[in-house]
This record gives sequence, C-alpha cells and structure tokens, in this order.
Amino acid sequence: MEKILSKKGGEKIILLGNEAIVRGALESGVNFVSTYPGTPASEIGNVFYRIAKTAGVYFEFSTNEKVALEVGIGASFSGLKTLVAMKNFGLNVCLEALMPFVYTGSKGPTVIIVADDPSCHSSAQSEENTRSMDNLVHIPILEPSDPQECLDFVKLGFKISEKFSIPVMVRTTTRVAHQKMPVKTSALKESSSKKGLFIKDVRRFVTLPPRVLEMKKELFEKIEKIRIVSETLIKEEKGRQEIGIVTSGVSYLYVKEALSGLKLDLPVLKLVFSYPLAEKRIKSFIKGLKKVLIVEELEAHLEKEVERLAKQANCKLEVFGKNLLPVVGELKPEYVMKAVSKITGKAYRLKKAELKILKRSPQLCPGCPYWLVINAVKKAVDVNKVVFGGEIGCYMLFGNSPINLQDYLSCMGSSVGIAHGIKKSTSQKLITFVGDSSFFHSGIPALVNTVFNKSNPLIIILNNETTAMTGHQPHPVSSGAKTDINIEKLVRACGVKHAKTIDPVNQQEFIDTVKEFLEKDEVSVIISKHPCKFVIPKK
Amino acid sequence: MRKKAEQFNMMIVGTGGQGLITLLQIISEAAVLEGYDIKTSELHGLSQRGGSVEVHIRFGKKIFSPMVAQGKADLVLALEEQEALNGLYFSNPKTIFLINQFIVPIPLKKSLSEAEILLQLKKETKNIHLVPADKICQEKLGNSVVSGVYLISLAAFNNFMPLSSLSIQKAIKKLMPERYLELNLKAFELAKKN
Repeated sequence: MEKILSKKGGEKIILLGNEAIVRGALESGVNFVSTYPGTPASEIGNVFYRIAKTAGVYFEFSTNEKVALEVGIGASFSGLKTLVAMKNFGLNVCLEALMPFVYTGSKGPTVIIVADDPSCHSSAQSEENTRSMDNLVHIPILEPSDPQECLDFVKLGFKISEKFSIPVMVRTTTRVAHQKMPVKTSALKESSSKKGLFIKDVRRFVTLPPRVLEMKKELFEKIEKIRIVSETLIKEEKGRQEIGIVTSGVSYLYVKEALSGLKLDLPVLKLVFSYPLAEKRIKSFIKGLKKVLIVEELEAHLEKEVERLAKQANCKLEVFGKNLLPVVGELKPEYVMKAVSKITGKAYRLKKAELKILKRSPQLCPGCPYWLVINAVKKAVDVNKVVFGGEIGCYMLFGNSPINLQDYLSCMGSSVGIAHGIKKSTSQKLITFVGDSSFFHSGIPALVNTVFNKSNPLIIILNNETTAMTGHQPHPVSSGAKTDINIEKLVRACGVKHAKTIDPVNQQEFIDTVKEFLEKDEVSVIISKHPCKFVIPKK
Repeated sequence: MRKKAEQFNMMIVGTGGQGLITLLQIISEAAVLEGYDIKTSELHGLSQRGGSVEVHIRFGKKIFSPMVAQGKADLVLALEEQEALNGLYFSNPKTIFLINQFIVPIPLKKSLSEAEILLQLKKETKNIHLVPADKICQEKLGNSVVSGVYLISLAAFNNFMPLSSLSIQKAIKKLMPERYLELNLKAFELAKKN
C-alpha cells in the first residue's frame, strides 16, 4: 500500500514536493488528471500513473502539454475536478489553449501545475520565469515554498477554482518540487470514479466575439474578487526594524535561514498568490519602512511591482533586489544571507570565492541503442560536411564530446521545422534526430510541412519505445501502449516516400540507408527501432 | 542518550546512478525517527545520466532551507573520489569527509590521482576518511551496489552524524524493497564490524 494513498489523516509522512501535490489533489477529491512528462514536474504523472486505478482517478499521459490541457478543459467543462501538470516549457506549448480557458473559466474545479527550473538543472532550452505570465494570462498563481505548502496550496487552488470558476495555477521550482520534508496530511475521501456531464452553455464555453470581450471583463471582475482573498492569505511576520523583506516561493526559506543565521528580527511579507497581488497589504507593509529587500529568483518581477506600489505608499522607500541578487540562475541560501547582511550592515563573509572544481557531464547510458545509431551515422557520412539537428530527449546528449553530432538544439519538435528552413536556405546536407515522444509531441506538423513545402532533410526518428529522459513514461507506440499506431505508416501517410524502419543492430543496413536517403531529392525518414535498455518487454 | 543536534548539514556527492536518492531517503527517515525536523533537496532528470550529482540533507530542531549553505556542511559523503572535490564548496575546516575509494573515469579526461585529490582536500580539513567501500562490499558481500548503505552505516557507527545506527537500521528496514533488504542489512552489519 502506497503511503500517499493512506486514508487516515493527521499523519506526517516524508514527501517530495511533487508527491505532496499528488496528495493535495487526492485530498481535494480530484477526478481527472492529465500531463506530459517534464522535469521537474515528472513525478506528479509518475505517481498518478501508479496509483490512479486504486485511487479511482482517471489519468493519462497526453501526447503533449497543449493536448493535456485541452483534455483537462474537456473534463472541467464536464464538471470533473481536474489537475493538469507540466514543466514551464509545457506552458509555452499550451498557452494558446490556456488563455481562452481563463476567459471561459472552469466548471469542474481545475488546478494547473507548472514547474520552473531556475539554473536549468534539467532544462536545455531556456531559463523561464512563469510568474511573468500573470499580466498576460490573468490566471491566479499560487507559489508554495515547501512540500507542506505544495499540498496545502493545491487544496487552496481547488477551493478558489470552485468558488470563482477559474483555473488556478500552482507554480513550483526545482527546489520546491524536489524538496522533501515531513508533510502533515488530512483524511482522504472515499474514492469513486465519477462520471461527468457536459451541459450545453454557449454563453459560457464559446469564446466568439463579441462575447469574448464581455468574458474578459468578467475575468477582471473575478480577479479583483480573488485579490481580496490574496490580501487575507498573505503571510506577514512582524519584526523590530525599519528594514523589511518581501518574498515568495522557495526564496522565503532562504530568507528565514538568513535571518536565523544572522540573528536578525526583520519584518517579512510572504506572498501566497503571486497573482493577483495583495496590493493593499504590500502598501501597508512598506509604509513604515526605510528599506525593503525583495528576495525572488530570476527576473525582477515582484521588485517592479513593489517599486510601483512604493510610489503610492512610501516614495522615500529604498527598494533593493536585483542590485544584490542574481537575475540568472537559482538563489542559494548564502546569496540571500549576503544580501540581507548588506542592507542591514550585519557582518557576513562568504567563506571563499565560488569554486567549481569538477564538472562531469551526463552521458548516454552504456548499452543505449543510440550508440548504434551514432556509430552508423559516423560511418555513413563525413560529419564535417553534414549539418546535424537535435532536440529534447536523451539524444540531446549527442551534443556532448565525444559524440558531437548536434549543430543546433531548440525545443521539442522543432528540429524538423528548423531542418526545413536550413534546407530551403542552403544547399547543405542535413540529418536531424527526433525522439519518438518528441515526434508525437510536435514533430508531425513540421514533417507534413516539409512534404507540403518540399525540402529534403533526412529525419532519423529514434524509437526506443519510451519517454526515457524524464523517467520512462509511456507514449503512443511504447510497449504496452496497445495502439495500432505505426510510425512508418504514419510517416508514409504524411506523404513521405522514402521511409524505412531499421533496428540499428543491423549496422550495415543502417549505414547503407543513411547514404542512400541523404542523396534523395525529397524528405526521407529512418525509424530507428530498438528499445531503451530500461524498457522491460510486456509479456 | 546522545545530545540532540541543533542543526546538522550533510552533502552526498557522487555520479548519477550511484543511488544518492536512496541514501537521502534512509537518512531522512532515520532523522525523522529521532524526532528531527528535516529538509532535503535532490535533482532528477538530466542530472541522472552519469553526471555529477549532489543531494542536500539537513536536520535539526527547525529547518527552513532545503539546501546546505556554502561552507556549512558538517559531513560530506563522497561516493566517488573525484566528486569529493565538489564537496569543498560546502565544507569548512571542521567538516568530515567520508570518501568511497572508488574512481569513475570522466570521458576524455585523465582521472585525478588520489594524491592530487587528497592534497586539495587537506588544504581544507584534517577530517578525511578514505574507505574502499566498493571493494569491501564486493569482497565480503559479492556486490558493490550496497557501498553507499555501507558508508552511511559506517558514518552512524563512527558518530560522523548525530543519528544512531539503530535508527539507520530501522530506516533501511522500512524503505528497502524485500528482495534487496537482506543484502542491505548485511552491508549495515558489515559496517558495524569495521
């Protein structure tokens, strides 16, 4: 029996932030969960995949985050309590679906988890600050600091969503999602699979002009009502100085650590909602202060808001933030300690300059079938005369020495579109690698475009029957998925004439096919089919 | 009865796939059994593919940050010799280094010699314990996979951390899947004898 499914309440169990999110959803009586795996959010899906049946919850790994959200919107419109989880880049993918969903609002209460990854521990393409979505999307954003708050804020999110019929975002970061602590649980409701009902309501679910602008007004009205909740829930800790700190998320923990380490008693204001902002409370907090330090990761987001509010509440206030803390990379406790020491004059010296003595890069596992692909490609072509494309998955490690088969790397599904652009712009040979899960995620439209607009890259789809990099989640053609989808047939149906499925164990065939296809005047596709060594074949 | 630590900061450094997260779980569980508040931080995903990995474990009366601050580690457990150098960011002259005498080569790089590694560490602290845990577990138990469990047990028996060996043993029993339990308990017992 999984501890996360324990019916009893009042226990304290050690949970990872992501596990606490699952528990919070279960305690809220979630009915429907969808996700696309992405670190640091992956364990949310992994845990639901394991327990959904026992818990009486519908769960799916969708083909991408946009689909996951759309599926969730459908469940919410049908009245089900819905959770959708993704990493930050997934939000970019589903933004198109999210914006109208905030207009229509949710019917079944809906919480969307988005995990940022400051310092890009598990992210290749960019370092994102999802909090910046606030004024674009107008979705309420809750920011937990630790696993206990992950559980509590997911429950709070469902309550807010239920009360105001609006989806609520819970935004975590790596150090929250992958933080562990003893978490206090509440009782689980008796699980029962719930059937929803879609009740027609055109005014509510159809965002057609001119109705869409009325919806926007209604959205702003909701936000102002939620702002009142935000004002009451913000956490203020009194202090005895005229120097204060405003913070949120994991940064709050570093603030507490710094204050206890430096033996300081400063007032601290900790946000629960980073949107809508508790403006009144922030104004009253900064009113009596001489200096305020904003402790936040990445861009000066909250700092700008506080500067704006200070103009109304306390124009003499000195606002500190990104002049003392980094804009790039995650915060560390010692950075906050130093910043606090600087504005208070309390001595703190960093022990020594930052030293990073050893950096060992990740590598493809020994026994990975991709080694066979690399070997065949290197034997088939002069690598200096071919451009190599890559994208997100284990095969992005092709960029590391000694492999060096990656001349560009961007987001999921992008390598085919970029390949087409390069082919149209140059007369160079090009081979691009696309993972199986990436291909289904967003590679197919780009492949169709290549056929439609006619260029001739060689696309090698790496089918290892799993979404390996994020922890071996299933996808449409993974073993056990039980679909009739066949990548070669799909590719051929897209109009690709030169397509071949090869097990890279057959090196000579692979080498010969790379040579042959690279000379074609039309797009060609090799599907390399060999399971990841961690895939256990289903009997 | 041992005096309770106000705060204990531990780093485990190694390479992806060496089982750092399992060790983190055992120590966290043991700390909770002894009534401590705990916070930990770990990394998943890209960092697991054989790259340098570090996990943070903090316990005490009340713990806020999941990350150990620079220079604040009480114990650095290195599951690989070269990775021990990554512990230096977190160490101070009082820090104990418990190091597995085991080298995982870095592709395309010449491995650092043990003498070079020790030279650098000795500039910082005298408390360096180099233990051939992989070799011991391979010889005595026929499997080096439990070298990490052997080392944390050793840390408990030698009072390198304020947790009793009994709590570590209880945590191993609670967390290990049945088919691996016996081997892990043997590693624990082996640490007792050495």
